[in-house]
Amino acid sequence: MVENTGISDIVKDENLVYQKTKVLTDKVMHYCPGCGHGTAHRLIAEVIEEMDIQAGTIGVTPVGCAVLMYNYLDIDMQEAAHGRAPAVATAIKRLMPDKYVFTYQGDGDLAAIGTAETIHACNRGENIAVFFINNGIYGMTGGQMAPTTLSGMKSSTSPYGRDVQMMGNPLKMTELVAQLPGTWYVTRQAVHTPASVRKAKKAIRQAFENQKLKKGLSLVEIVSNCNSGWKMSPVEANKWMVENMFPFYPPGDIKLEGKMVGKE
Amino acid sequence: MKELKLMKGNEAIAEAAIRAGADAYFGYPITPQSEILEYLMAEKPHERTGMVVLQAESEIAAINMVYGGAACGRKVITSSSSPGISLKQEGLSYIAGSELPCVVVNVVRGGPGLGTIQPAQSDYFQAVKGGGHGDYRLIVLAPQSVQEMADFVDLGFELAFKYRNPLMILTDGALGQMMEKVWLQEQKPRMKTFPEWATTGKTPDRERNIITSLDLDSAEQEKFNMKIQEKYRKMEAEEVRFETTDTEDAEYLLVAYGTSARICQKSVRLARDKGIKAGLLRPVTLFPFPKKILSELAGKVRGILTVEMSTGQMVEDVRLAVEGKVQVEHYGRMGGIIPSPEDIVDALGKNFLK
Repeated sequence: MVENTGISDIVKDENLVYQKTKVLTDKVMHYCPGCGHGTAHRLIAEVIEEMDIQAGTIGVTPVGCAVLMYNYLDIDMQEAAHGRAPAVATAIKRLMPDKYVFTYQGDGDLAAIGTAETIHACNRGENIAVFFINNGIYGMTGGQMAPTTLSGMKSSTSPYGRDVQMMGNPLKMTELVAQLPGTWYVTRQAVHTPASVRKAKKAIRQAFENQKLKKGLSLVEIVSNCNSGWKMSPVEANKWMVENMFPFYPPGDIKLEGKMVGKE
Repeated sequence: MKELKLMKGNEAIAEAAIRAGADAYFGYPITPQSEILEYLMAEKPHERTGMVVLQAESEIAAINMVYGGAACGRKVITSSSSPGISLKQEGLSYIAGSELPCVVVNVVRGGPGLGTIQPAQSDYFQAVKGGGHGDYRLIVLAPQSVQEMADFVDLGFELAFKYRNPLMILTDGALGQMMEKVWLQEQKPRMKTFPEWATTGKTPDRERNIITSLDLDSAEQEKFNMKIQEKYRKMEAEEVRFETTDTEDAEYLLVAYGTSARICQKSVRLARDKGIKAGLLRPVTLFPFPKKILSELAGKVRGILTVEMSTGQMVEDVRLAVEGKVQVEHYGRMGGIIPSPEDIVDALGKNFLK
C-alpha cells in the first residue's frame, strides 16, 4: 500500500521556487546531453518571459545544430539560409522597428559562410541582438573544422590538429565586430557553471533591453562545449573548454555602451 | 492620381514599386539596372509612403532581406541583373520552399560569367525552370514596354500573394534603359493587415508562426513537394497570359517575348509587305507557358520560328508544346546584340521559304 507522502501538501503556488518558462515548448530537445545550446535557449526564453515580450519578439534561426530552435521557443520564428540570419533580421527590424529581433547562430554560420552578413549588419548598427554560440567546431555536420577551431585542435577535417600554416588561423569574430561603430554592446559569456549561466542571462537580457535604445547591435558570444564533436564526456568537455578555449576566447565584456572596455 | 511621364524602364519599375504600396526594396548595384536603386534613394519613399529602401552588402544579403521581410507578410521587391540573379538563386529557393511572396526583377544582360552589360535573353532557363536547387517554379512575367515594366510590378505582387510564391519580372537591358511614355497608377496604400501566416509576433490568440523550408521527415517533405506542384498546376490552368498579332490567317508563326517580341511586331509587317503571311505569338507569362494556344496554332501554320536574344532556350518549351506537329526553328543573337526586324524576316525566309 502506498503511503500518503504529503506531496499534495507541498505542491502549492506559495512554495514554487522554479519552473520551466512558458516561452519554452514541451518539445524534447534534440541536443546532445551536456551541450550548451539547451541552456542558452532556456536563458533567451526566460528573458522573453521576464520582459513580457513574447508577442513582440521575432527570432531568426541559423543552419547548424540550432536550426530547429523554432521547435523549442514559443515565439514567431524564421529559419534563415546558412549564414544569412543577420540579413534576414535586418529586414524584420527595418519593417517592424518596435519588435525585438534576434538571431541565434553558431560559429560556422556566423563566422565563416555568414561573415559578410555579420560584419555589415554590425556595421550598419542594426538594432538587433545576435547570439553567437562558439564551440569551435561544426556540430551538426559531424565535427568538421570551424573558423573558430583552435590552433592544433583536432576535428574531422583537421584530424592531425589545425595546422594554421595550411588551414589558416582561428577567427575572433567577436573582437572583430567590436571594432565597428555600429555595435553598441559586445560581450563573451559561457554557460558551463551556475555562476556563468547567471552572468550569461544578464548579458542576454541586456541585449534585448538595448533594442529600446536604438543605438546599435548587441552581440553576445557564448563559448560552449561540443562534447560529441570534441569526442569527450560532458564533464571532460567543460574542463577542456576552460583550459583551452578560454585562454583564446576569454569571457568578459568587450564593448559597453558603444565604448571598448579598458580603453580611454 | 494617374500620371503620364517619360521614364526609363528601370525608373518606371522603381516608381511603380512605390505606387504599388511596396513595403521594402533591398538591392545591390549592377549594370544595367542600377537606376532602380538610384531612383528609389532619390525619391525618399520613406517620406512618401514609409517604404524601406536599403542598399545591401551583396545580392545574397539583399535576397535574404527579401526573405525576412516577406516572412513578415510584407510586400518586398528586389532587382538585379544576370550575374546578381545567379547569386540570388539560393535565397529564391528558400523563398519558394517557405512559400513566401515577393517580386524579383531580372534586367538581363549577356552571359555567361561576367559577360557583357548589353541586353540579352539568356536567363530564360534559369527563370522558368526554377533557378536554384529543388523542385520549384517562379511565376515569370515578361514585359515588352516601359508601360508593362510599371504595370507588372503591381500585378506581380498580386500574383505573388495569391499563390504565396516568388514572382520574377524577366526583362532586359534594352527595356531597362530605354525611355517611353508611361501611365503611372494612383498611389496604393501600404497594407495595414498582414496574412495569418506572417511572423508579426505571437499573440496569445494564435499558435506561433514558423517560416522554414526545412522538413527532415521524408514523407512530409514529399507531401510538401506535391502541395507546391499543385500550386504550379493551378497557375498553369488560371494564369497563362499571351498576346497574338495577325495569327488568324498566319502561315508562319513567330514566337518571341519581351524586347524580341517588340521587334517581331515590325517583322510581321515587313513580312506581310513581302507577301509572307506571318503572325506573332508573344508569351506574357513565361511560367506558366502558353502551351495550349501554341498547340492550337501549330495545327494551322506551316512553320514556327522562335526569336530570342540567346542561343535558343524558349525554343525548347515551344517544341514541347507543339509536340512535333510542325517544324520549329530558332533565330537568335547573343552577347548583347539585338536583331533587326529585317534580320528576323531573312531568318524566316532561310528556314522556311528556300
